[in-house]
Amino acid sequence: MELSPLIITLKTAAAATFITFFLGLALAYGVIRMDRGRGFMDAVITLPLVLPPTVVGFFLLLLFGKRSTIGKFLLQFDLSLVFSWQAAVIAAVVVSLPLMYRTARGAFEGLDANIIYAARTLGVSEWRIFWHLLIPNARHGILAGLVLSFTRAMGEFGATIMFAGNIPGRTQTMSTAIYAAVQANDYDLAMQWAVSLVLFSLVFILAMNAWGTKKPSPLGKVPR
Amino acid sequence: MELSVCIEKKLRDFTLQIDFTLRDEVFALLGASGCGKSMTLKCIAGIERPDRGRILLDGEILFDSKKDIDLPPQRRQVGYLFQNYALFPNMTLAENLCFVMEGSKAEKKQRAHGLLRRFYLEGLENAYPGALSGGQQQRAALARILASKARLLLLDEPFSALDSYLKWQMEMELMEILPSYGGAALLVSHDRGEVYRLASRVAVINRGAMEPPADKKELFRHPGTLAATLLTGCKNISAARRQDGEHIYAVDWNLTLKTAEPPPEGTKYAGIRAHFLQARESAAGENVFPMEAVQIIEDIFSYIVMVRPLGSEAAPLRWELAKEEWQRLEGRELYLYFPPEQIMVMES
Repeated sequence: MELSPLIITLKTAAAATFITFFLGLALAYGVIRMDRGRGFMDAVITLPLVLPPTVVGFFLLLLFGKRSTIGKFLLQFDLSLVFSWQAAVIAAVVVSLPLMYRTARGAFEGLDANIIYAARTLGVSEWRIFWHLLIPNARHGILAGLVLSFTRAMGEFGATIMFAGNIPGRTQTMSTAIYAAVQANDYDLAMQWAVSLVLFSLVFILAMNAWGTKKPSPLGKVPR
Repeated sequence: MELSVCIEKKLRDFTLQIDFTLRDEVFALLGASGCGKSMTLKCIAGIERPDRGRILLDGEILFDSKKDIDLPPQRRQVGYLFQNYALFPNMTLAENLCFVMEGSKAEKKQRAHGLLRRFYLEGLENAYPGALSGGQQQRAALARILASKARLLLLDEPFSALDSYLKWQMEMELMEILPSYGGAALLVSHDRGEVYRLASRVAVINRGAMEPPADKKELFRHPGTLAATLLTGCKNISAARRQDGEHIYAVDWNLTLKTAEPPPEGTKYAGIRAHFLQARESAAGENVFPMEAVQIIEDIFSYIVMVRPLGSEAAPLRWELAKEEWQRLEGRELYLYFPPEQIMVMES
């Protein structure tokens, strides 16, 4: 059995999540510190969440394509992003970033502002507040963002196939392999990858839920 | 220690205007909730930015809108005791203190343990804030402020979230601890008792506007304005006007009352505290009126009797008296004496 789609998927998702994690945290922190333009920045970062991934992929193709400024610049070093493994990572980052950003932002905003104020009046620098108070106290939300963006990156299809293509052994992930298998009428292979994806995603989300604290239902005891 | 504050800040419903100087004393801002008290503390600590004005601490400029100076809170060394104490939930008590200190690890640890011992928190060094009682959390927050070498202590409604038993205990503890901060603190509260017991001077804030600070005894005797009279807990207030050189006419009660001092031309309100009304045997003498009880409410240690001039439809007054006294008077004809020196006259 050809295992490359599994390996490429995990490798792509891991690399993308690594970038998304830090970028998402930085953006969430940056946006909550903004005085004005907060709504606009928020909308721009959130957009890939609601757009069809094909639209995201199409714009990435234009942005990094051979005729674009970036594409031409990269060509000078004999580099081309389009239809490469790196393109799959970029596509996954753009699509999963809103999930990391939004959950991290929500977790930061859910903190008691007095804790931050108190730290400031006690002389603690903004940098130490970020690493020793914001991150540790928002850890459940940040972990949730991490798992959501990883599973989203694993399942990414539309932007990937537009921008990175579906080249077996190079850019073919589990989700694009399913598409290829169905087109080739190989339903057994499609089923194999579909079940793999479901299981992987399920395990990650279950692990996330097990980590979080158990809260009672917000509805209390539901009358039957 | 000297703190001088003169600031203005536009809030949603009114403009906050604060002007006072605090010198080695416990100074209190007394106001109803939402009057801008906490915002004042936040401006002093550097958490919020005033629109205009100046804040000086021991001659150092913390904020000056004209010179465009606005020190970050980290550089102000102003200790702020939050209503919910704001301990760092992800750190133990010892870590909470060490986190705000400078020096080597061993030094910090030693100082933290010393401070915790001083605040009766020995043995709780490794406890997390969530596991502590309200009183312990407050002491820990005060110890943490001391660990940070604050120059001034700001107390934001320190006891408002507590039940009455704990409240009293913590108030006594705070009085004991206050000298550790050089005895200088700025307290904001809506509780007149708290303010009277803890502070030496008091300023009333009403919808953002601060009245000139006064000695607490003076303020409670002559509040001067309607807002201050209400905040100092006077239950009986009537619209009033000057009658002549020594009398006012209280409109709501339909009574002409003699005052100890000549009432000003601009008299608008008059008030008398519920426990200053006195029972008399007959209507003889000035400021004694026949009254009737409208409603009798038994309190824990006293009776609250709502009274109004006999046979009138006037607004009732609240009268508080010891239980034995009411048991003696109940059912008899009532004559109430309004001591002239206890009648508070307000011009605004």
